[in-house]
Amino acid sequence: MAAQVRTLVHKKPAVLPSILDNLDMRPAPFEACVCNSIARSYRGPMSGSHFDEMLGNGSLRAPYQAYEKWFAGQENARLSKKADEAEAFFRRSGITFNVYGQADAEERLIPFDLVPRILSNAEWTKLARGIEQRVRAINAFLHDIYNRQEILRAGVVPVKLVAENDAFLPQMIGFTPPGGVYTHIVGTDIVRTGENDFYVLEDNARTPSGVSYMLENRETMLQMFPELFSKIRVQRVSDYPKNLRLSLEATAPAGCNGRPCVAVLTPGIHNSAYYEHSYLADQMGVELVEGHDLRVVDGHIAMRTTKGYKVIDVLYRRVDDDFLDPLTFNPNSMLGVPGIMDVYRAGNITITNAPGTGVADDKAIYSYMPDIVEFYTGEKAILKNVETFRCAEADTLQYVLDNLSDLVVKEVHGSGGYGMLVGPAASKEECAEFAKKLKANPANYIAQPTLSLSTVPIFTEAGLAPRHVDLRPFALVAPGEVNIVPGGLTRVALSEGSLVVNSSQGGGTKDTWVLED
Amino acid sequence: MLGKTAGGLYWMFRYLERAENTARLIEAGFRIALTRSSDPASEWKSVIVTSATQQAYEAKYDGYDSARVTDFLLRDTENPGSVYSVIKAARDNARLVRTALTTEVWSAVNETWMLLAERLKHPIPETHLPEVLAAIRQQSALVRGALHGTMLRNDIYDFCRLGTFIERMDSTARIIDVKYFALLPSPSFVGSRMDNVQWETILRSVSAHRSFRWASDDEYNAPNIARFLILDRRMPRSLAFCAATLVENLTYLAEDYDMQTESLQLAETLQKRLKGRDIGSIFDEGLHEFLRSILDDTARIGTQIEQDYRFIS
Repeated sequence: MAAQVRTLVHKKPAVLPSILDNLDMRPAPFEACVCNSIARSYRGPMSGSHFDEMLGNGSLRAPYQAYEKWFAGQENARLSKKADEAEAFFRRSGITFNVYGQADAEERLIPFDLVPRILSNAEWTKLARGIEQRVRAINAFLHDIYNRQEILRAGVVPVKLVAENDAFLPQMIGFTPPGGVYTHIVGTDIVRTGENDFYVLEDNARTPSGVSYMLENRETMLQMFPELFSKIRVQRVSDYPKNLRLSLEATAPAGCNGRPCVAVLTPGIHNSAYYEHSYLADQMGVELVEGHDLRVVDGHIAMRTTKGYKVIDVLYRRVDDDFLDPLTFNPNSMLGVPGIMDVYRAGNITITNAPGTGVADDKAIYSYMPDIVEFYTGEKAILKNVETFRCAEADTLQYVLDNLSDLVVKEVHGSGGYGMLVGPAASKEECAEFAKKLKANPANYIAQPTLSLSTVPIFTEAGLAPRHVDLRPFALVAPGEVNIVPGGLTRVALSEGSLVVNSSQGGGTKDTWVLED
Repeated sequence: MLGKTAGGLYWMFRYLERAENTARLIEAGFRIALTRSSDPASEWKSVIVTSATQQAYEAKYDGYDSARVTDFLLRDTENPGSVYSVIKAARDNARLVRTALTTEVWSAVNETWMLLAERLKHPIPETHLPEVLAAIRQQSALVRGALHGTMLRNDIYDFCRLGTFIERMDSTARIIDVKYFALLPSPSFVGSRMDNVQWETILRSVSAHRSFRWASDDEYNAPNIARFLILDRRMPRSLAFCAATLVENLTYLAEDYDMQTESLQLAETLQKRLKGRDIGSIFDEGLHEFLRSILDDTARIGTQIEQDYRFIS
């Protein structure tokens, strides 16, 4: 059972570092307003508190103009009805995620907000270039640390950070995955704080989830408001499943003949992201398998079909490294395939993302990402990193201790959001308690300043209201090619002033539009 | 197709069929208990026996009455055969095989689960029983309609049908067997009040109290009812109909996969036992013995299908 529990909590947390609003910074209450134009009825946040993506510095920003014009002509009652319809649709379709530890309400909907989050093509192009640069650097970094380790020899990244990293897999040393690709799918978490200020919060190079919501949100919008899409030219996201399949096929092992056989490996129907696993398999037209469907047959991984065993060339696994192969990793895992690592190292199957990629997205490595990007691409990083204080360094530790109440402190290997301190929201006692843990094991922590996240309006009974958002675009990596679908998953904190966009804590999602020029 | 997927489809449809059959059993039992002066406790007991849950029921309750039996069969989460448990199992299987179902079929099953889970959350007072039972039948019809209207006639469809008809064969055989004594041709019973009650229960349990009249101008008597339920290939719940459908879908699979299977042979043997038989020879063989062997054969075919198509490793 231990095997079950760990994979189940792989969803990233999402207490985002940012300023937790003081009361006086909250948006002013909406005044009674009979006019229908949002430029007048939507006030956005109080000026100066944070950047609003619709209103900017007071005047309607260009990407939202066409939408605002349409919205001004809508009646609230109709929109409320549409919102109810969307919820019923999600429920009937079973677009749910599982919440653990709650027997009765085990499946929940992620609330969907009907106001899109809109980016101009120019904004997107810059973001996409930045993500591509970062993704290429991450792949070069992974290849390097599992082979010649030049970046360590050059002293750019401390050896210790790699050598003592739990996610570093010795089994990957000296091995190059098919096509040289490590992170076939990346979901970079990005936050915005101003007109031109985008920060990468996390690189999510293991098994990022959420892409099914990106796709379903768009489908829902198309069904609810077809007229919007004939008025406003929005770039398509619907090619993602097809591109994913092509991208996976392109990394098939060299010895594969004919069209590669792709399958998605899921921990099973009780996993929190099961809906997404089945959705992606369905949309790609490939089999959705579990560990017990697979075994080693003649040096290959094969799945048990009604007609016998069939060889799989590319396995898109949504199972953590630790559970992939009980013979190599966690011996209690029931979710993986005994012997798959041997097949992998013999070059007879592609595992995506490659085992051991987690070493590139832990929070201590994250702090070196600008240097890593520069080391491998020879360019400055296009996307900014959130300033990160490495508590392992003595001076820095003192600074962090002195400023605990302004900082967010995270565990280096934390991927569940546990053991984390959000300074501005914590009491004096909590800070003092945390300081003890920090002093006892400084290398286990990093700290970041709280960021002032941008807001985008959501639709509420009282009209539009500003809420904080983040963005997770999805990049597909094939040999020599990075393909980023124009859009992504926008997560939104639904309660006023909240910075928590995480779905397990009441966060919602929005359709994300990238406009055509 | 994955063996697991084939198994998921097969079981999903077995469970859906079971839910519908259980609802129908309760409906027949309820009606008889309400309208007839016969012994309601023994009527409810035979409902439990037919649903193959006697052991679990008696471990929990002493004696049989309408409230306890309906609660046990409809909403008891400890009873793996309750409508609630079975619909949940069907929906879990549907999630497992989501990639093999059309949106229509999946939505229908998912909606069925959401609706019935809500309806079965609290004890159901007698006054609401008819509408709950109607909802179960209606939802079953919805899923069946989605299956027929939207699914490709390929191996996926075959496995759905196999699940449905293995379950139905089993269910019909049990219904007849529990009351087989009422169907034996015995001159002393013919036309008696007691017999009529039992016949009506049987026919209602398979939704055939109308179609029996349509299908035959024959007299309303034991051998005719037995012939109708066992041998009439026009009747979609008769043993002959179920056997023919099993052979049909197993034949499609054998052709599709170019693979001769043991399960097809078994099903053909079973079908031969029903084809061209007259009811008299079955009575000669012994109705109860005949039905027991049909139940055994059905179970054997089910197990063989699981092996032939690698449902589990």
